[in-house]
Amino acid sequence: MAISIKSLSVSRGSIKLLQGLDIELKSGHAGILRGPNGVGKTTLLRTLAGLQPVDSGKIEVPLEDICYFGHTDGVKPTLTVRENLEFWANIFGSPSIEEVAKKFMIIDLLNIRAGTLSAGQKRRVGLARLGLTGCPVWLLDEPTVSLDETSVKIFGNIIKDHLSENGCALVATHIDLGLENSAQIIDLSQYRPNSGELSSSDEGFL
Amino acid sequence: MITLILRDLRIAVRAGGGFGLSLAFFFIIVIFFPFSIGPNLDLLSKVAPGTLWMGALLACLLSLERIFALDFEDGTLDLLATSPIPLEGVVIAKAFVHWLTTGLPLILLTPFLGVLLGLQTSGIIFLITSLIFGTPALSIIGTFGAALTVGIKRGGLLLSILVLPLYIPTLIFGAEAARRGSEGFEMQTSILLLLGVTLLSWAILPFAAASVLRINLR
Amino acid sequence: MSFWEYANPVKFLKLSGNLLPYCSTLAAIMILTGLGWGFFFTPDDYKQGATVKILYVHVPSAFVAINAWFMMLIASIVWLVRRHHVSALAAKAAAPIGIAMTVVGLVTGALWGQPMWGTWWEWDPKLTSFLILFLFYLGYIALWAAVEDPDTAADLTSVLCIVGSVFAALSRYATVFWNQGLHQDASLSIDKEEHVADVFYYPLIVVMAGFVLLFITLVLLNTRSEIMMRRASAIMARGKI
Repeated sequence: MAISIKSLSVSRGSIKLLQGLDIELKSGHAGILRGPNGVGKTTLLRTLAGLQPVDSGKIEVPLEDICYFGHTDGVKPTLTVRENLEFWANIFGSPSIEEVAKKFMIIDLLNIRAGTLSAGQKRRVGLARLGLTGCPVWLLDEPTVSLDETSVKIFGNIIKDHLSENGCALVATHIDLGLENSAQIIDLSQYRPNSGELSSSDEGFL
Repeated sequence: MITLILRDLRIAVRAGGGFGLSLAFFFIIVIFFPFSIGPNLDLLSKVAPGTLWMGALLACLLSLERIFALDFEDGTLDLLATSPIPLEGVVIAKAFVHWLTTGLPLILLTPFLGVLLGLQTSGIIFLITSLIFGTPALSIIGTFGAALTVGIKRGGLLLSILVLPLYIPTLIFGAEAARRGSEGFEMQTSILLLLGVTLLSWAILPFAAASVLRINLR
Repeated sequence: MSFWEYANPVKFLKLSGNLLPYCSTLAAIMILTGLGWGFFFTPDDYKQGATVKILYVHVPSAFVAINAWFMMLIASIVWLVRRHHVSALAAKAAAPIGIAMTVVGLVTGALWGQPMWGTWWEWDPKLTSFLILFLFYLGYIALWAAVEDPDTAADLTSVLCIVGSVFAALSRYATVFWNQGLHQDASLSIDKEEHVADVFYYPLIVVMAGFVLLFITLVLLNTRSEIMMRRASAIMARGKI
């Protein structure tokens, strides 16, 4: 079992967003989070990554197995692409960035300053960090924003490769990544609490 | 951590990194002092230790906001918080880089400014000693302040209001040591007390700063 | 019945509502009695004359100013450890009262200093540390005002309060050390409480107790309004879903 979530509740500010959420994801499988804007996809992923406290319930994923990828790339504009990648490679202790760069199709960009890249290229550099971490569990929040069609397809294949290596991914996306046949689709709108539920922190005041 | 230090140093010296700005600010502030209190070198040499300490403190303050703001905006801080480096380590690395890019250059510039303000050689040596022991405290305390205000838009002024009171012990002991030194009194006690403040700050503030960073990221 | 039961906001509102009339009445009686006694029924000091009587306002307000910070420190630690909202809000409620008392202490100190030392202000360690305390209160209040999310604000201010306490204590010793080097005569900083004769002492105790009760009353009042504000915003948030 790679990701196991039991009766989890999360909230943003004083409003409870999700309640009674159960997800079981075996390694080698992907989960796709669906639901309208504001349903709590980002909040859920940030909570799983350990950036936000859990309202109630249980998450059973070792934090060191998790690699989180949010809305922002974390790419430094004044450094070259190579320097950006080398930084994360050093932090996660992975040896070579060439292979990963090839995989994410940024090998030609390695010596360019990241500030001059287009939004899509920058995103690919940001995504390349996933390949460097060596973490089995990927939490991806709208990873395909500003990617073109071919890049989306390539990224879908990268996720598939990752799954075949016993990895595991939880992706919040509205775009078809080519994973849909094998992946578990999780519609978050069914975990919406009844109206009037507040976060545990605000409940006490009523 | 060394990786992080190297990366931040690299960013600091590249275009738009802001390296040298606080140094220039320090230079201007100190030069403006004679303009405001008159060209009497006797008087200037008396207030020189305090002036230079005040200048160093203000220059330090000016560069604090940058410590976390850029990494917070582009999401790097989220990624660092979920990376294998403990956040306390991130704080220490950031504070150290801040000292390398602000505190250290200030110390190197001090002898020249000391001469401009009429300090004797011995006075300059004592002043530099006090700055060497004191500026690391300014960096780590400032890093704590930057961590406190990282989520607040336009938090620059608030940052100053929060950090300046925390600078009081460092300023008092540091300037006192420099003043006693330049007037020929013994300065050992104040230097030791200054060192105590610096060590205490480096011992407790990384934990406090990491905890407020976690609070601000959620 | 555990003490922590009153950390529930609703229970706290009830209890504090019951306590308030007694607290406020008692505070008023004690302050009026103490001040009346002190002002009109004690002799003038042989050295200071009638000006000595400013101590009946100066000492209690200074006492409350310092201890308000200690109360905030304890409340902050309780919030960080036990996550009781009332505790965080009580710390927030105490800050404006603490800063007001600090200002009263400083102003009465200056008024007393003028006839006594011939100057409104002296960089004496005690006065200086009160000025510094004022700055720490200012930072704490500014941080509360700047952060939007109430729980985040409570967390951040609590950490600031703890760190601030360490540095405020350091500053206190720093000012003593700092001024020693300049002035040989420490006679300006007479420790007022130790030098007060018995005749002045008893009314002072009454006023001090009155000020403490006044502080408790004001903190209760302020905490209540903070709780009601949180409650209102919780109800509004519920309506929005």
